[in-house]
Amino acid sequence: MLCQQCKELDAVLNLTHLVGEAVQQVHLCEKCAAERGLPTTIAMPKPTAIGDFLSSVQNQVSAMPGDAARCAYCGTSLRDFRASGRLGCAQCYGAFEQSLRDLLRRVQGNVKHMGRQYDAPTGEAMTQDAALGHLRQQLHDAVSREEFETAASLRDQIRTLE
Amino acid sequence: MTLDLSLLPDGGVPWLAASGDHADVVLSSRIRFARNVAGYAFTARARDGERLRLLAQVRDALPQVPSLGGAAVLRMDEMTLTERQLLHERHLVSKELAGLDGANEVKSAAAVLVSHEAGVMVNEEDHLRLQSFRSGFDLEGAFRAATRLDRDLGAILPYAFHPEFGFLTSCPTNTGTGMRASVLIHLPGLVLTQEISKVLQGLQQMGLTYRGLYGEGSEVIGNFFQISNQTTLGRSEDELVEHLARVVQRVVEQETQARRVLLRDAGYIIEDKLWRAYGTLRHARSLPADEAMNLLSGVRLAVGLQLIAGLSVYTLNKLLIFSQSAHLAHAAGRTLTESEANLARAKYVRRVLADETGPAGEVA
Repeated sequence: MLCQQCKELDAVLNLTHLVGEAVQQVHLCEKCAAERGLPTTIAMPKPTAIGDFLSSVQNQVSAMPGDAARCAYCGTSLRDFRASGRLGCAQCYGAFEQSLRDLLRRVQGNVKHMGRQYDAPTGEAMTQDAALGHLRQQLHDAVSREEFETAASLRDQIRTLE
Repeated sequence: MTLDLSLLPDGGVPWLAASGDHADVVLSSRIRFARNVAGYAFTARARDGERLRLLAQVRDALPQVPSLGGAAVLRMDEMTLTERQLLHERHLVSKELAGLDGANEVKSAAAVLVSHEAGVMVNEEDHLRLQSFRSGFDLEGAFRAATRLDRDLGAILPYAFHPEFGFLTSCPTNTGTGMRASVLIHLPGLVLTQEISKVLQGLQQMGLTYRGLYGEGSEVIGNFFQISNQTTLGRSEDELVEHLARVVQRVVEQETQARRVLLRDAGYIIEDKLWRAYGTLRHARSLPADEAMNLLSGVRLAVGLQLIAGLSVYTLNKLLIFSQSAHLAHAAGRTLTESEANLARAKYVRRVLADETGPAGEVA
């Protein structure tokens, strides 16, 4: 008898289902049975750690609405992230916060950083390029919080440095 | 640009010295921090000009970072393929930075800084990958050095940091501490007694992971494993390092025990196998890379079991790294075909072993 699912290989497993009061017989080959998660002698390929991670990304992100949502700073979309497993910039963490929070919980088992806290350098300790980079990030944060007065002041500081 | 290896402090591989604890089992301990600088897109998304500016910023910061004193700065995008492979064989750069992973060419302004104390990969998957190696089992020493570098550099360059998620990285598997603590460990006893799968499963249950000699994506060869923390959120750096150190200590004990069992239950079979490995290394005229790695694993075990005298772990470490293809090509001054490399490898191994133990036949 041929497998009822693929209709190519011989059925080796006969399953009996109860559907309501009716008894239903399903005949499957080993491969199709394994795909349904039934115990067989076929070893399913062991997923690698990065494979696990990418499939988590794919499952997680594909479940999200707004697949085409983009980070305003670097233009990375959730779809790009799903394809590569990589974010485009630090601001992506804000743009995709909810989906990342769920993903981190799933992949890392936690979302809370428990390591050392960090204060970015300010003023003279920074080189000019570093100071500019820092100001640009602050400007972006201010715009995304709609704090336009702060943003204007930051823009002036950036122009002065440039 | 021609790579002048004499510019690299200690050749960039002081960890070969076999000076730390359990050096016959644990080759090296390593800590790396993934960091990004605020204000730039992450490397893959950054434009050429941004990557160049970032590298310039790191160079400008050098005089203020004591642990990078005397650092050599090597631009990957100005090197030949063989030179990049050589730095990868020394564990100084990742496949990605060296443009060896098949998927990506070497990126503009991709560079590595190497000092006695530590190193920095610039424009890798993350802007900065800070790393420190120590010889043998010395995670604490590596952690101290890497932390010092991280604090000094982070006081000059503003890292991308989020109060809840921690240090922000290109791949969310590194977010948080951004830290990967690892040891490179040799476990032939557990492999030969077939206990290894149990041990490796145990590691995964304890939040650790393992890879081959060259980290992510590399296969396990010569019974060398890289064991590291899997997660970077939910635990502090200290906790992650302590946890790894505790588990590795236990694995070292299990390996020692397995070696005792081997000698007790299969003494002459093991002894014969290991001497044959040594004999092949001393006399072979052509050595493929995989075979050399497996034979060196056998001889390393023999030295650990004190079956072979007069051969140091330092020499075995050196052979493991310097007998690889790019090193042989660099020494020859030209690219080598596979069969030429096999001949050169056999010659190099014979010479190093003869220098250390005298002409063949005069060893204990």
